[in-house]
Amino acid sequence: MENKAIGLDKGWDYMQKGITKLKRILEGLPEPPFTSEEYMMLYTTIYNMCTQKPPHDHSQQLYDKYREAFEEYISSTVLPSLREKHDEFMLRELAKRWANHKVMVRWLSRFFHYLDRYFIARRSLPTLNEVGLTCFRDLVYQEVHAKVKDAVITLIDRALLKNVLDIFVEIGMGKMDRYEDDFEADMLQDTGAYYSRKASSWIEEDSCPDYMLKSEECLKKERDRVSHYLHSSSETKLSEKVQNELLVAYANRLLEKEHSGCRPLLRDDKVEDLSRMYRLYCKIPQGLDPVANIFKPHITAEGTALVQQAEDATSNQASSAPGVQEQVLIRRTIELHDKYMAYVTDCFQNHTLFHKALKEAFEVFCNKTVTGNSSAELLATFCDNILKKGGSEKLSDEVIEETLEKVVKLLAYISDKDLFAEFYRKKLPRRLLFDRSANDDHKRSILTKLKQQCGGQFTSKMEGMVTDLTLARENQANYEDYLRSNSAAHPGIDLTVTVLTTGFWPSYKSFDLNLPAEMVKCVEVFKGFYETKTKHRKLTWIYSLGTCHINGKFEQKIIELIVSTYQAAVLLLFNASDRLSYSEIMAHLNLTHDDLLRLLHSLSCAKYKILSKEPNTKTISHGDYFEFNSKFTDKLRRIKVPLPPVDERKKVVEDVDKDRRYAIDAALVRIMKSRKVLGHQQLVSECVEQLSRMFKPDIKAIKKRMEDLITRDYLERDKENQNMFRYLA
Amino acid sequence: MMRRSAYASKKTGQPNSTNPISCSPSDIFRTASSKASSKEMERIDNLFYSFANRSSGMIDPEGIETLCSDMEVDHTDVRILMLAWKMKAEKQGYFTLEEWRRGLKALRVDTVSKLRKALTELEKEVRRPSNFVDFYSYSFCYCLTEEKQKSIDIESICQLLDLVLGSQFRAQVDYFIEYLKIQSDYKVINLDQWMGFFRFCNEISFPDLSNYDPDLAWPLVLDNFVEWMQAKQS
Repeated sequence: MENKAIGLDKGWDYMQKGITKLKRILEGLPEPPFTSEEYMMLYTTIYNMCTQKPPHDHSQQLYDKYREAFEEYISSTVLPSLREKHDEFMLRELAKRWANHKVMVRWLSRFFHYLDRYFIARRSLPTLNEVGLTCFRDLVYQEVHAKVKDAVITLIDRALLKNVLDIFVEIGMGKMDRYEDDFEADMLQDTGAYYSRKASSWIEEDSCPDYMLKSEECLKKERDRVSHYLHSSSETKLSEKVQNELLVAYANRLLEKEHSGCRPLLRDDKVEDLSRMYRLYCKIPQGLDPVANIFKPHITAEGTALVQQAEDATSNQASSAPGVQEQVLIRRTIELHDKYMAYVTDCFQNHTLFHKALKEAFEVFCNKTVTGNSSAELLATFCDNILKKGGSEKLSDEVIEETLEKVVKLLAYISDKDLFAEFYRKKLPRRLLFDRSANDDHKRSILTKLKQQCGGQFTSKMEGMVTDLTLARENQANYEDYLRSNSAAHPGIDLTVTVLTTGFWPSYKSFDLNLPAEMVKCVEVFKGFYETKTKHRKLTWIYSLGTCHINGKFEQKIIELIVSTYQAAVLLLFNASDRLSYSEIMAHLNLTHDDLLRLLHSLSCAKYKILSKEPNTKTISHGDYFEFNSKFTDKLRRIKVPLPPVDERKKVVEDVDKDRRYAIDAALVRIMKSRKVLGHQQLVSECVEQLSRMFKPDIKAIKKRMEDLITRDYLERDKENQNMFRYLA
Repeated sequence: MMRRSAYASKKTGQPNSTNPISCSPSDIFRTASSKASSKEMERIDNLFYSFANRSSGMIDPEGIETLCSDMEVDHTDVRILMLAWKMKAEKQGYFTLEEWRRGLKALRVDTVSKLRKALTELEKEVRRPSNFVDFYSYSFCYCLTEEKQKSIDIESICQLLDLVLGSQFRAQVDYFIEYLKIQSDYKVINLDQWMGFFRFCNEISFPDLSNYDPDLAWPLVLDNFVEWMQAKQS
């Protein structure tokens, strides 16, 4: 290398040769590639020209000439070639030219690299790379980008597209604005228009499932587009656009389609189509609302239809056993619940919106009364039947368990849970006392489930009852031991006693029945035994729950009669007298008219006529006479003479109402005590909320209790604002 | 609830000291008026004793009846109730000396005829909205005869409503009385319900009941009444 300073012109000439060589290579003309020596020379030329002492420091001029090199090439060669081509060919050319340009920038910036290191850095000028790209942008991109976009939108060749679209991205030099503004916006609009056209024709012709299939495909196609040649940032925007045009715009028409829309799909159990519907709409904000809004009324309608069916069936078939239709209803309701819960978990992927719809739908029809019975009562009866020994069908243990679980789930929808508890509590004792062989485990398991659902308070008494029985068995064993050791005390009749704890069991009226002498002895003996065990308890005998096995010596044969204690007391009277009048029996036994009527009816006018009645009418009247019917017989050796139980429904409802009044009072006082001053509406709504776990309080009932509390000086109305109440300590 | 307000007797006369040195015309006037007022008080007391029962020292129901016939006013007239209000009488059917004094002084009367004339003015005064609420609640409490009594039976309430509100809200009172007689939810009415009805008459347009909102804190008996009215009207 000479020490003489290189003149600008001379140096530039040398560079120009290199640049020309590069151009030729890019043009695809035959040209040997650069050798490392050539490269070195070019680099060094620049280096020298830049490191020469001024005035031979040509950095600035070289910088300018660098740019000019690009500009010249572009104007003379690149632009003309692009201008003469169109559409796909233009795109192809553009892609090629862009690739070339990048190569050119790379090479030239290597040659001129020294500028980057000192001149540019010192003056904070755009780098060589930036300069190169800017030239292309300002000269080529600016001119062609609109044409390019149009061509892209109509194009199919993906690889080419990808290359071209990359230009949009890279020209932004780090920012996406070129891609978004110059290309994406229009692309989206165009796509939207395309799908809008398609949708408007599809919605007319296609059924809902078909339309959904097509939509799914379109979405998939668009996603493919993105992965193949669009920039990934377009994906969400594109999906949104397509969804908008296909699914949102026509949501109502689609879902409401008469023969294939959401309702028919639900009706015909088209699980797959429903799943697709969910998949398509779950990504759209609030897209699932219309679907849920059809789901809910559909379930409600089906449930209400079931209720109506049961009502109609009971009123039409007077001959069917009472309660059968209601039990069928419960069973069908459970099945309905299972079916739609499956939809929610499978098709609708357990989405909360659909859980909510299911819950609300069930709450509507589960609280309807059927043939005058509340659903709470029906459910309690259903449980009772399942758990009774034998019940309506012989069910295996697992089935019983499962069914009980489902019953408890249904209980969640019923607002009068306390009513269910009361009915269940009334039926439980009868089951416990009379069906000893029914499965203990089931009893315990349903109680556990109920406890989980409704809280310990709900089930504490019932659990007490079950425990009592276990203890009673032990007690009985001890009593028998006692008898064995004191054989003199034996009353002559076998007696089994079940001792119940008063608080747990429903209150039973205990009459002062005049027991037959034989039974009196039994009672005394047991009392004696019990006192040896504990001194501090008082025994009250509930004869209404007792059972008696009596042998009736009829003419034809001896038949063992299984009757209630009361019935036995009546029958034993006839050991001493042949014929008794109604009033005589009444005087002997000391019962009320109502009870006596029922008793005598069961023994003389029902299936088994153990007593003959004079006059021989179907009902009992006060002037009737009764005799032992020695001619009575039956093919069995042992018969059960049932005593129909008193209709407890009224009492249960009364008891529950009373408990509710106390509960409302307590809730109101609790709330007012902590808030001190509260507006009427707020008080009511808080009260309702507090009690909602057990029942839905009637607003009027709450108002009445409030009035009562005012009278009892717990609350007062505010003087200024009549809608406010104050707690009086 | 009515409380026995310790009615501190206001001295209408001025201190009797008449300092001769600083005796001014106003002093003379005051002295004269205080003389006159003590005279008045005497007349009022005498009037009281003319109706009062000797042994109890109070005017009892018999005495009130005599007073009423002297005034030529029926003893069930609402103005007698208003008089009781003015007196702040505590026990229904009885006036004590203090109550008598209070009432008659306030009315500035000391004879039966003056009292009778004053009744008209009294009625006007009571019917002024600012006073009427007080009178209305007083009339309820006045009827609570037993010590711990908080409510009044339906029969009496109907009579009281007619007496107290009949002239002002004839239609509402008539319908409400009809309803009270046929319903069976309530055997008695308490003060809160009583006051509620007055509010009802004042605030709710009748008989269309268009602005009645059962979700507000109206007493339940009124909710039921409105329901009954609406059922009747449809």
